[in-house]
Amino acid sequence: MTSLLRLATAGSVDDGKSTLVGRLLFDSKSILADQFDAVERVSRDRGLATTDLALVTDGLRSEREQGITIDVAYRYFATEKRTFILADCPGHVQYTRNTVTGSSTADVLVVLVDIRNGIQEQTRRHLAVASLLRVPHVFVTVNKIDLLDFDETAYNSVAREIHAVADTLGLEDVTTIPVSALRGDNVVEQSSATPWYDGPSLLELLETLPLDRAESRLPLHFPVQLVIRPQSSAAPEFHDYRAYAGRISAGSARVGDEVVVLPSGHTSTIIGIDLAGEELTEAHIAQSVSIRLADNIDISRGDVIVAAESEPALRDSATATLAWLADTPLATGSRVLVKHGTKSVLAIVTEVIGKLDLDTGDLVPANTLTLNDIGEVTLRFAEPLPLENYATSRANGAFLLIDGQEGTTLAAGMAHAVAATV
Amino acid sequence: MTTTIEERTELSHLRWLEAEAIHIIREVVGEFDRPGLLFSGGKDSVVMLHLATKAFWPGRVPFPVLHVDTGHNFPEVLDFRDETVTRLGLDLRVSAVEDYLADGRLKERADGTRNQLQTQPLLDGIERNKFDAVFGGGRRDEDKARAKERVYSLRDAFGQWNPRNQRPELWDLYNGRHRPGEHVRVFPLSNWTELDIWRYIEAESIAIPSLYFAHEREVFERDGMLVAVGPYSQPTESETVRTELVRYRTVGDMSCTGAVASDADTIEKVVAEVAVSRITERGATRADDRFSEAAMEDRKKQGYF
Repeated sequence: MTSLLRLATAGSVDDGKSTLVGRLLFDSKSILADQFDAVERVSRDRGLATTDLALVTDGLRSEREQGITIDVAYRYFATEKRTFILADCPGHVQYTRNTVTGSSTADVLVVLVDIRNGIQEQTRRHLAVASLLRVPHVFVTVNKIDLLDFDETAYNSVAREIHAVADTLGLEDVTTIPVSALRGDNVVEQSSATPWYDGPSLLELLETLPLDRAESRLPLHFPVQLVIRPQSSAAPEFHDYRAYAGRISAGSARVGDEVVVLPSGHTSTIIGIDLAGEELTEAHIAQSVSIRLADNIDISRGDVIVAAESEPALRDSATATLAWLADTPLATGSRVLVKHGTKSVLAIVTEVIGKLDLDTGDLVPANTLTLNDIGEVTLRFAEPLPLENYATSRANGAFLLIDGQEGTTLAAGMAHAVAATV
Repeated sequence: MTTTIEERTELSHLRWLEAEAIHIIREVVGEFDRPGLLFSGGKDSVVMLHLATKAFWPGRVPFPVLHVDTGHNFPEVLDFRDETVTRLGLDLRVSAVEDYLADGRLKERADGTRNQLQTQPLLDGIERNKFDAVFGGGRRDEDKARAKERVYSLRDAFGQWNPRNQRPELWDLYNGRHRPGEHVRVFPLSNWTELDIWRYIEAESIAIPSLYFAHEREVFERDGMLVAVGPYSQPTESETVRTELVRYRTVGDMSCTGAVASDADTIEKVVAEVAVSRITERGATRADDRFSEAAMEDRKKQGYF
């Protein structure tokens, strides 16, 4: 039984990101023979002297034709210790959109820096996104160290610079690693070429990183997806069965726990937790289960079952950070849909407060947000939402902004703590 | 060392994948009017259906299943499909390539294979049944085009996938909004690998068609693959027929799906074999995917699964 770690990689092609990802997959033996044959063949066709591992992550033909990578790609690899889902976020085009997407589900963001260039504008932005999206851990791989003859002083200088930026952004857990993705130094195995570095390789770090799921310690938050009421479609003993299906987004549920249903405020007690015929006494964060309650109360999709002792505030407005992902700009007064948990409500953007200068970290006044901007707004909701502070709960503080007519996803939203309550 | 709450509450990666897939399946039923599930009897669609039964237990699966029938079926897979439909009380709809060949809407290809002919019957099946969401068993580890596809993949009225116009997918918040005529393909197994599928089949004791296990079969070698002698695949004079112990890693059009030499006759042995395999399942068994670097990308853009 291995645990799962989700990571995202950010950096540009020039930093050697494709090579690093290719190296991780290759050295962890996740690239199979026929895939490697294809990479060798393409390397030969392109007249390269050695097999280019970056081609492992080579994308779609429409991307190759234009020499760009347009989208996040997902890769899978596993070691004996852990299984990994890697969201490979391309730099350059739409870097914010891609990095925000990859970071939203990541336990770790791996950022690449070319040691010859040190911190670039893009590096700063990747770190800022990690901070805003509250990715619990950041690893910065200082790449191409072979090109500077494995020079300790050069590495230390870049590492200091990184930690200085991380401090100003409030990033708590940032680790730097000297690597050469091309040669494989400190990627999977510790390198003998960097005797002055006594830390683990990138893969060892990923394998041994403690899983810090602070949200498992929060009170129960269970957005209801569906009411399971099979009636005559089930066996006779289940004709009166009634349960609420969902995935626990914070905390744990135990049989006997007192709960409150939002937004109605009705209280009840958990009398059963079912996982497809298996009766559980408790269920934890990330589990998809069905919960039965003692009282027959009116509950439907979009409602949230929460621990009685912790009833979160229902908010009819909120201040939030938005990562704007659409081509059409946002302006004050826009009417949008907000999807939070299993609930979608109409909302109005009452004010665009400003946008973030990712280079300085300052909020500069603005009255519109355009593609790849990150800014702050206030929203008013047509119905109150049990929206938590994103800093406390990623799952329950996050929401989408959707264009009600076109259906497009406009923005990733992260709610702030202070807002009016109902 | 004492165990932390994280260690006690952490799901194994297989249980995490299961919980994610069940969440996706329930979201679709919660937000769409007429979902349908693509069911071929192949292992991925069997796992997907198993997850759907878990998602709605003790009720029935609340949507129909659609089989896009190439007409080139392995008999044991077709039998399995029908047994499953009866056992779970499913509503089966079929879109048959044969119907299109019979009235001339499609023409048999020169090589006689039919995987590529499935797109039109699939799209018509979606339209005829008015599906607004269609579950598919695609996994991102299968192909580089799939690696970039969303869990919710928006398709236009022609079923086409536009990789340049995908919605960003954030956290576990899925956006299923679509305009009339559009539909969404949903891939609950996006994050699963081939090995995860097999380990899950083992962990849950899921019934699958017998040809996934080692058995003796008359085969001949073509394009470096072992092809079964059958009604749709006859050896040419230069191809020698021999009886071999084989099993299938994928199930598709019988005329172009290859078997692999294997003595894995139990699920435990299959898991062990897949774990050490050095070739991908498509590379080993799908002639149609090996000929072009972008075969899958092209078919997806035309509305394929």
